[in-house]
Amino acid sequence: MEIRAIGCEPLQLKRMHIKDSHTLKVYLETGGYQALNKALNMTQDQIIEEVKKSALRGRGGAGFPTGIKWSFVPRSSPKPKYIVCNADESEPGTFKDRYLLERDPHAVIEGMLIAAYALGAQTGYIYFRGEYKYLIDIMEKALEEARAAKFLGKNILGSDFSCEIYTHTGAGAYICGEETALLSSLEGYRGHPRMKPPFPAVEGLYGCPTVVNNVETLTAVPQIIEMGGDAWRSLGTEKSGGTKLWSVSGHVKRPGVYELPMGYRDMEKFIMEDCGGMLRPDKKLKAVIPGGSSVYIMNADQIIGKGVTMDYEGLVEAGSAVGSGGFIVMDETVDIMESTKNLTEFYKHESCGWCTPCREGTDWLVKIFNRIAEGRGRPEDAQLLLDICDNIEGKSFCPLGDAAAWPIQSAIKRFPEDFKKWLFKNVNGDKIVANVEVEAV
Amino acid sequence: MATTVPTDFTNQVLYTDEVAEFSPEVIEEMKSHLKKYPPERKRSALIPLLFIVQRERGYIDAPGINFVAKFLDLTVTDVWETATFYSMFHFRPIGKYHIQICKTLSCKIMGEPEITNHICKKLGIKPGETTPDGKFTLSMVECLGSCGTAPVMQIGFDYYENLTPEKVDQILDSLE
Ligand SMILES: Cc1cc2nc3c(=O)[nH]c(=O)nc-3n(C[C@H](O)[C@H](O)[C@H](O)COP(=O)(O)O)c2cc1C
Ligand code: SF4
Ligand code: FES
Repeated sequence: MEIRAIGCEPLQLKRMHIKDSHTLKVYLETGGYQALNKALNMTQDQIIEEVKKSALRGRGGAGFPTGIKWSFVPRSSPKPKYIVCNADESEPGTFKDRYLLERDPHAVIEGMLIAAYALGAQTGYIYFRGEYKYLIDIMEKALEEARAAKFLGKNILGSDFSCEIYTHTGAGAYICGEETALLSSLEGYRGHPRMKPPFPAVEGLYGCPTVVNNVETLTAVPQIIEMGGDAWRSLGTEKSGGTKLWSVSGHVKRPGVYELPMGYRDMEKFIMEDCGGMLRPDKKLKAVIPGGSSVYIMNADQIIGKGVTMDYEGLVEAGSAVGSGGFIVMDETVDIMESTKNLTEFYKHESCGWCTPCREGTDWLVKIFNRIAEGRGRPEDAQLLLDICDNIEGKSFCPLGDAAAWPIQSAIKRFPEDFKKWLFKNVNGDKIVANVEVEAV
Repeated sequence: MATTVPTDFTNQVLYTDEVAEFSPEVIEEMKSHLKKYPPERKRSALIPLLFIVQRERGYIDAPGINFVAKFLDLTVTDVWETATFYSMFHFRPIGKYHIQICKTLSCKIMGEPEITNHICKKLGIKPGETTPDGKFTLSMVECLGSCGTAPVMQIGFDYYENLTPEKVDQILDSLE
């Protein structure tokens, strides 16, 4: 598996190929904890201002501007404040956080400490997906080292800032990556999402102001403090600052974690050159899901010769989204009805059951997909799938419902042939009854 | 929730007066988790403690639930309620080695079906089943966060990546 930066100096991936990069010794030798030192000599507002200037947007999937999120925390509130690192990483196609946690755990700690200082938090939790147990073990060692070296605990680096960070484990539930469900889970409850507002920044963990940030968001923070918000932003574009990690999987020669500057051009070159091209050279590119399973699937015509820019604006323009950066490449051997069925099974399994549209809707979607896959599809089934999606999208309690609908809507619209083939198996003629026009967002 | 993960309660005792016992070392380990959370928020330690119960007792059973409820000042229902939400907890005994094959998209298109077939044939079981000697349980699970090295499985908590039938043979044959 490849781990490398293209089109920029490795920043997030700076330590990936250094031996023992997970140790404090190597971290310090490579400039670690200098940003923390610098931050402790800045005011809280100055730090938030730098993060705002950097145009850093949350790397967990929603892309919310990090500096703005931080500024929502009522720092004057008498309640304790919390910083929570979201290491639940369960969006299909996404595995970048895993390598940051495995090989650069101190960068996560440093990012959390700077955030904690800026927000007035004294406690941080890292919520790992349960399957990442080996990463919890690595993190525990890193935390111990940091504690021993006084980067963690009381009066950090001689300042009056004190902070503790703890690991916490999930136990197999994709929904616990959603920030409010994560907090329910961290409190020891079933992982059901909570109503927003109040947003976690105001009422989060234990009812206290809480910022939840993705691993990659937090590891960007020391870089921003070190080089300054403007300099970090200028690595990317005006609106999409800095660099971004892409987890590449599927039918390419060199899958892996790639760091690209925001605004990298273009997606075709990325697939065909940077990732080594198609795994089987005689098989053509058919589809790409560029931002994790929850974003719109793209067909080859939307990519080849289109100069798609790899950033938030570029991908929306091209008809999809950055999401979590889980970049899944599929060649012509993949049947998009089947791939969409696979993802729908995922959402059905992971639906937390809290609200009816998502719980019942995903169940029905899978039933219809099963019927289609068994060769008993009916011409009207494409429309039926879309109708159910319409009853889930925008009508569910949390974004998981939307995430279940989007892959289906985009797949039927962009790969009608792959559905026709199944739905008209036993019917004469080739006219699809369903209206397969879907409004793109 | 999952149909292919052994989480069903068929023939399981859900309520008993018996309370599980653990060694002093294990109790210490449990206490170390409590230190992470505010004293009035002990419930936060529930999932970490359930993992310990599962490790020590092989699965989560009613006496184990009773212990955790007492330990955290919760009701037995509180503990069941949380435990049954999470797919990594199981409520009946499983094999010594829990093979969990990722069935999600990237693994699926990179050869998961071949791997699953191979393992089923080799062990003579289907997903959700345990070998008669109690050595292996096979489950199909969702994305393991390892899509770049697909196809992938976990045995217990260990990752096995870039699987081929030959590699699977080596791995399974090496397990005592
Ligand atoms: C169903 C669902 C699953 C999510 N899973 C994750 C996840 O695994 N990791 C993550 O960082 N964010 C995940 N998110 C996004 C979080 O809700 C939240 O926006 C994010 O952790 C905030 O951090 P950021 O602003 O740094 O991205 C998920 C959201 C939804 C709706
Ligand atoms: S949309 Fe799905 S995951 Fe979200 S609250 Fe409703 S049932 Fe749960
Ligand atoms: S799809 Fe199998 S590990 Fe992600």
